[in-house]
Amino acid sequence: MREISQLIACEHCDAVFKKLTLANGEIARCLRCGNELDRNAQERHRHLLPLTIASLIIFVIANSFPIVEMELQGLHSQTTLIGAVVSLATEGISMVALLVMATTILFPFMQMLILFYLLVPSKNPDERPGFSLLIRMMQTLRPWGMIEVFLLGVLVALIKLSNMATIIPGIALWAFCMLTIMLTVVVSFNPRYLWQLEESGQ
Amino acid sequence: MAKTYTSMATPDDAQNMRFITATAMGLLSCHQCGKLWQDAAQGQRCAHCNATLHSRKPDSINRTWALLITACIMYIPANMLPVMVTSTFFESHQDTIMSGIIFFWVSGEWGLAAVVFIASFLVPLLKLSSLFILLISAQQKSTWRQLERAKLYRMIELIGRWSMLDVFVVSLLVGLVQMQGFAQITAGIGIVAFGAVVVFTMLASISFDPRLIWDNEQVTVDAERLAVFDNTMDGIAESQKGTQ
Repeated sequence: MREISQLIACEHCDAVFKKLTLANGEIARCLRCGNELDRNAQERHRHLLPLTIASLIIFVIANSFPIVEMELQGLHSQTTLIGAVVSLATEGISMVALLVMATTILFPFMQMLILFYLLVPSKNPDERPGFSLLIRMMQTLRPWGMIEVFLLGVLVALIKLSNMATIIPGIALWAFCMLTIMLTVVVSFNPRYLWQLEESGQ
Repeated sequence: MAKTYTSMATPDDAQNMRFITATAMGLLSCHQCGKLWQDAAQGQRCAHCNATLHSRKPDSINRTWALLITACIMYIPANMLPVMVTSTFFESHQDTIMSGIIFFWVSGEWGLAAVVFIASFLVPLLKLSSLFILLISAQQKSTWRQLERAKLYRMIELIGRWSMLDVFVVSLLVGLVQMQGFAQITAGIGIVAFGAVVVFTMLASISFDPRLIWDNEQVTVDAERLAVFDNTMDGIAESQKGTQ
């Protein structure tokens, strides 16, 4: 088993190319299928840790406060994301409750925590326990975090209700908007490039 | 900024868009860290990151078929059964995915009707039919519109998650509208089937190996082709001569 470090293979079509040195922010695409082959992610990496920490804080806010409050003929009702999951579970639709909890709370939270752990500077980064296992987990979790879809779902639900009741957006709604923007940047970072950073001695 | 890598094909290959693949060269690429290995066996671990090495995703076609057929079966109850039940003091009525869209359309919310129609109806249908096309053409080793098929695969990977929209809408309405006896929204059994369609189509597209789209044109790796690669390729050319 011998490493061929001068070449790179396309993940989507297996075509082999000679590896080039990329400048900061440059992306290389496959000539055959157009998929991204390689990227110099050093620059983006610098913003990643502060963004991850900020996302974690906003994530806590988004889940601690009600998303929306509804007023209908003197009656008040409000819900947090966890409250909605609990309502689903008590109704016996626990499969859907689990799915919602996993895609909007558990997976995004795990992604942020893992990224935080991997990015926090340490004295000897070579001996970070579980480095490869955690990157693999990040890659598996990547398609399943759906905060941005959830935000669209909230908006659709609000418009639906606004026909029959008064809707007061809660703090968590704004928090989810911010979280969506930040997570788009954080999660769009392909965990594969963390290997690049590890090699460059970060 | 995009940068194009130099192709490793000969001028003739370049003209005909024939590419040399890692498999043809006897190399295995690691799906996790991207390193290329020579003289590695299928199932062996990557020496760099310890992921299992495969030239193609194992059993990709069969697994994708199984997940796709499951999703197709779930698609029927997902659209027939109610996803949401609204009960007020006077009446109770049930909504399916389609009746929810029609409600928005009739009440003049055309933009919203379009968003929900695309996310809940068009996207799942597009994903199911795209996966059928990808699977059948990959099984036939077809050379038909390969670039478009590769783009189709990337597109369904990108948009698949958005069909979860209706699941979230229902969850939030159920959490919010709980005014006992006065107005109450409960989830219908259809939403379970609908969630299953989304999850199974996502699993199906993950288990499909896009490299199968290109696996019909095997370019033999000869000395002439390798020579194009000047000195970086010398080592590989030597060892290939040795094994032949």
